[in-house]
Parts: sequence; structure tokens; C-alpha cells
Amino acid sequence: MSASTSQRGGLTTSSARGVTKARGATRRERPTGWYLGPALGFFGLFAVVPMLLVGYLSFTDWAGFELPGPSGAGNWERLINDPEIIASLGRTVALTILAWVTQTPLAMLIGVWASGRQRNRAVLSSIYFLPLLVSTAAVALLWQALLDPNFGLTRAFPLVGDLNFLGDEQLALFAVVVVIGWQYVPFHSLLYQSAARQIPVSLYEAAMIDGAGRVAQFRRITLPQLRYTIITSSILMLVGTLTTFETVLILTHGGPGTTTRITPLYMYDIAFSGFEMGYGSAIAVLLLVLGAGLSLVVSRVTGYRAMSSQQEGL
Amino acid sequence: MSRTRRERPNVIAGALAVGWLTLVAVPLYFMVSASLRERSDYLNGSPLGLPSSPTLGNYREVLSGGFAGYLLNTVIVTVATVVIVLSLALPASYAVARSASPLVRRGFSVLLIGLAIPAQATIIPVYLLITQLHLYDSLTAIILPTAAFALPVGTLVLTNNLRDIPRELYEAQEIDGAKAWTTLIRLVLPLARPAIVTVAVFTGLTAWNGFLFPLVLTQSESTRVLTLGLWNFQGQFGTNVPALLAAVTLSVLPIFAVYLVGRRFLLGGLTAGLGK
Repeated sequence: MSASTSQRGGLTTSSARGVTKARGATRRERPTGWYLGPALGFFGLFAVVPMLLVGYLSFTDWAGFELPGPSGAGNWERLINDPEIIASLGRTVALTILAWVTQTPLAMLIGVWASGRQRNRAVLSSIYFLPLLVSTAAVALLWQALLDPNFGLTRAFPLVGDLNFLGDEQLALFAVVVVIGWQYVPFHSLLYQSAARQIPVSLYEAAMIDGAGRVAQFRRITLPQLRYTIITSSILMLVGTLTTFETVLILTHGGPGTTTRITPLYMYDIAFSGFEMGYGSAIAVLLLVLGAGLSLVVSRVTGYRAMSSQQEGL
Repeated sequence: MSRTRRERPNVIAGALAVGWLTLVAVPLYFMVSASLRERSDYLNGSPLGLPSSPTLGNYREVLSGGFAGYLLNTVIVTVATVVIVLSLALPASYAVARSASPLVRRGFSVLLIGLAIPAQATIIPVYLLITQLHLYDSLTAIILPTAAFALPVGTLVLTNNLRDIPRELYEAQEIDGAKAWTTLIRLVLPLARPAIVTVAVFTGLTAWNGFLFPLVLTQSESTRVLTLGLWNFQGQFGTNVPALLAAVTLSVLPIFAVYLVGRRFLLGGLTAGLGK
């Protein structure tokens, strides 16, 4: 375990280490820039070039055939006047917030619980993490069968037995939240579990001597000690949900009506079903700015970049 | 350890634990048990009961329906992606951890932009690029962008790990007059093995579960990967849900096998060492 836990610290302390290293630099045989070159070239061609290209494409009327030619700002005018953009963004934001609000407390409680070294917890957590082994496509197909009002699992239960979760305009978005939660809560529990295991036991022992109860211990020790994990997990969760795609494509394909048509799905439909690649690119730029902006804002506001070890002085 | 002995049983945590267990286990039980049912049993029987006459017929139907080909494609894509990412990220992270050049540091920050880009926002230009390279509808078309987007995380994890190797070890190699690539092979490779496994698992799972790149960049049966194959089964089997769930179950088995053999590595790789 020690090998894998030691490397986990890397994200938080790497910048500090980089500084000490640079100070002790000596001129001997060191790796040159050429060692980074291939990675950078490869990443440049298949990630940076597309990122720049998507901006250019948003000013074309490319239909997916031949080569795109410029066509002015028509796509952007259309984007501003397209009511479906605002509507789909609204659904995306609702989905993202609902996912965050439901998954964070669940993942934290399960992760902290699973961090206990008791034998029964170890056995149960090996089952808890099973959804992690199922691909997103498989999860969506499984839940589609589960939620089928006629032959699914829900008919075995009273109250929900008659509900058509995926076919009901009021319920479909919530059903998507449940499915995403089922898939991703284990992942975030895992983050919280490994973080909770690194909280020094001495902190709890001191609290117990002071007579702090379980709830007080959680609030005063566990929560503050987990703050950087909360940030990491939240960034991953927010950006991940913002870019949810195949779950919704398979579960509802945006339906019923347009009640679950989130922005990434709208972009896909415009670009690859309607072959309006230019307009699709404009929507993609919007997604790019939102995704990158969100992770930047969250990490700035929370001081993620400047973070130091939270165990300093122990 | 001493903490546990003094604690009273935690009722709320226990209830939550059992609740989550049910939420995880019941759908998975439904998946496996339904895949073993005859179609009429699935339509009429109780969804929580055991199959009335268990059958492997659904699995036979899936296996004769192209499953093996999809699986092979996914394995090829996964292995190739992992090989590309490791062979690019390892020297890159060695340079970032050990080179004093400001150029390297600037290059690294370009690479880190990738952490903030949602891959799907670039799917349209990636499609343009792949068609212009005449790679459309090939496994290479899936492998190249998948590897490119897995590269930033891989390089970051390896770099953090290589920085943990004591400076004295690097310097000892350098004083002995070792070439940089010798140091990479003799010192870095063995010491970074746990991180290499983490990156391999993380990258492998990303490629294994990939959906959007294959969806947009391939179309024929011969290049279909497992995730798309499952979706395709849904149309092909129609209302034959037991067969679809047999396909879903089969798709989980390889990862489940890895989980049984190397649970620690799999879970470590899943989070790419992100836990705290």
C-alpha cells in the first residue's frame, strides 16, 4: 500500500518539490527537451490542434463532406437566438447540480465508512465498488432494462411499480441522476476512502480524550481533513456530469420530448445527425469554455493550486 | 485499531451501508439472473426470483452474434492505447522531473491544458482530422485521439512519482557518466513500476470504456468495439432483454477477472492516484 499512497501525495506537493530540485541543478547528463517532444507533438496534433480547429470550424458551414470554408459569424448569431441552447444548458446545469448534491454526501459517508479497517467493512466495500467495473454504455443498458415499466425491476416494488421513469417528462431527468449516481458514487467513495485512511489516528484519539462524540469528530476532524478531496472530487464530478453523453444517449436519447436533451447531446445531434458541423462546432466551443472555465473557477476559488499539505506540523 | 474497540456500534452508518449494499447488489443480481432466464420466464416471472429454468441459451446467442469480434477490437484498442501512452509519457515525465530547461516546463504546462479540455468538445475537428488522414473507420482512428487525451493524466501521475525518487539516486547515475536514456531504463523504469501500473490501468480503462470516439470515428461491423457492440445488440435483440443482459454481463467479466486478481492495482488505477 505504501507505494501507491506515497504517489498520491504528488498532486498536492509537487510544485514545492520542483523548486527544491531546480536549486540543486548540476550540469551533467540530463534528459533534454527531446524526451518531452514526442508526447507534446502527439498531444498537439490530436488534442491542441482540434481545440484550435473547433474555433475555426464554428465560423464555417461545413456539412461533414469535402473541406470546410469560412462563412462568417452565422453560426454564432444562430446560437445566440436558438432557444434550445438555453433550454439544454438549463437541463445540463440542473443535471450537474442534482448529481453533485446527491453524490457528494453519499460518496463521503460511504468512503469514510469503508475506510475503517474492520473486516466486515473490507468485505462489503469490495462489493460497493463493483459498479466501477461496468462501462458507461453497459450501465445505461442495464438501467434501461431495470426501469422498464412492464418487465423491469421496479414492478417488483410497491409505490414505484407503475411508474415509467424514462418515459415520464417529470421523472426522466431524475432517473438519469440516479443512474449516473449508481455508476459514479463508488468512484468518489474510493477517493474519500483513501483520503480518510490518511487522517492520523492521533487526531481522533486526542478528540476522544476531550470527550468529543462521533458527530463532533466527523465535523471537527474528518470534514476539515477531507477538504482537498472534496475539491478534487467536486471538480471531477462537475466537469464529468457537464459532459455526460452516452448515458443519456442510450437511456432516453434526450426524451421524452426534449426533457433530457442536454447540451453535449444537442451538439452531437446537430453535428452528426443533421450534419451541421459548423453550428455543432459553435456549441462545442461553448462546451469547451464551460468545461475549462468550471474547473478553473473551482480550483481558483478554493485555492486548489496553492494548496499545501494539510498535515503540516503533525 | 485501538479506536474501534472503544466505539459503540454506529447505527446510522450501518443502515447507510446496508442501504447502499442493496442498491448496488440488486441491479447486479437482476442483470445476471435475467441473463439466465428463458424469454417467457423474463416476461412473466417475478423479477427478483430465481430463473425458473436457468439456461445459457442467451449467452450462446450473444457469442454467435459477433461478440468475440467486438471484444477483440476492444482489446486491440486498449493494448495499443496503453503502449502509446506509456512510451510517450515515461520519457516525457522523466524530462519534466529531471530537466532544468524552462522549455520543458512550458511544454509540460501545455500538456496540462489537456486536464481541463472535455474530449467531446473536440469531437468534430477530430472527425475532420481523422477523415483527412484517411483513417476513418479503422481501429487506429479510435486509438490515436484516445491516447492523446489520456496522455496528460498519465504524464502528470508519472511526473509526480518520478519527483519522489531521491535526487541522490539520479545524481549517482549522472556522476557515473550514465547517458540519460540509460538512467531512464536502469533507474526510473524499475522504481516507477507502481506508477506505471497505475497509469496503465487508468489508460486501459479509459480506452476499454470509450464510446464517443468509436461512435463518431467508425461505422462498420469489423471495427466495432464492445461498448458500441452492446448498444448495437439493443437494436438487434429488440425485446429480447435477457440476451442483451447476457451481453452486458459478458462485457463486465474481463474487468471482473482483473478485479479478482489485482483489486488494489485496479482501484489504484481507476483514481489515477488522485486520492488526496
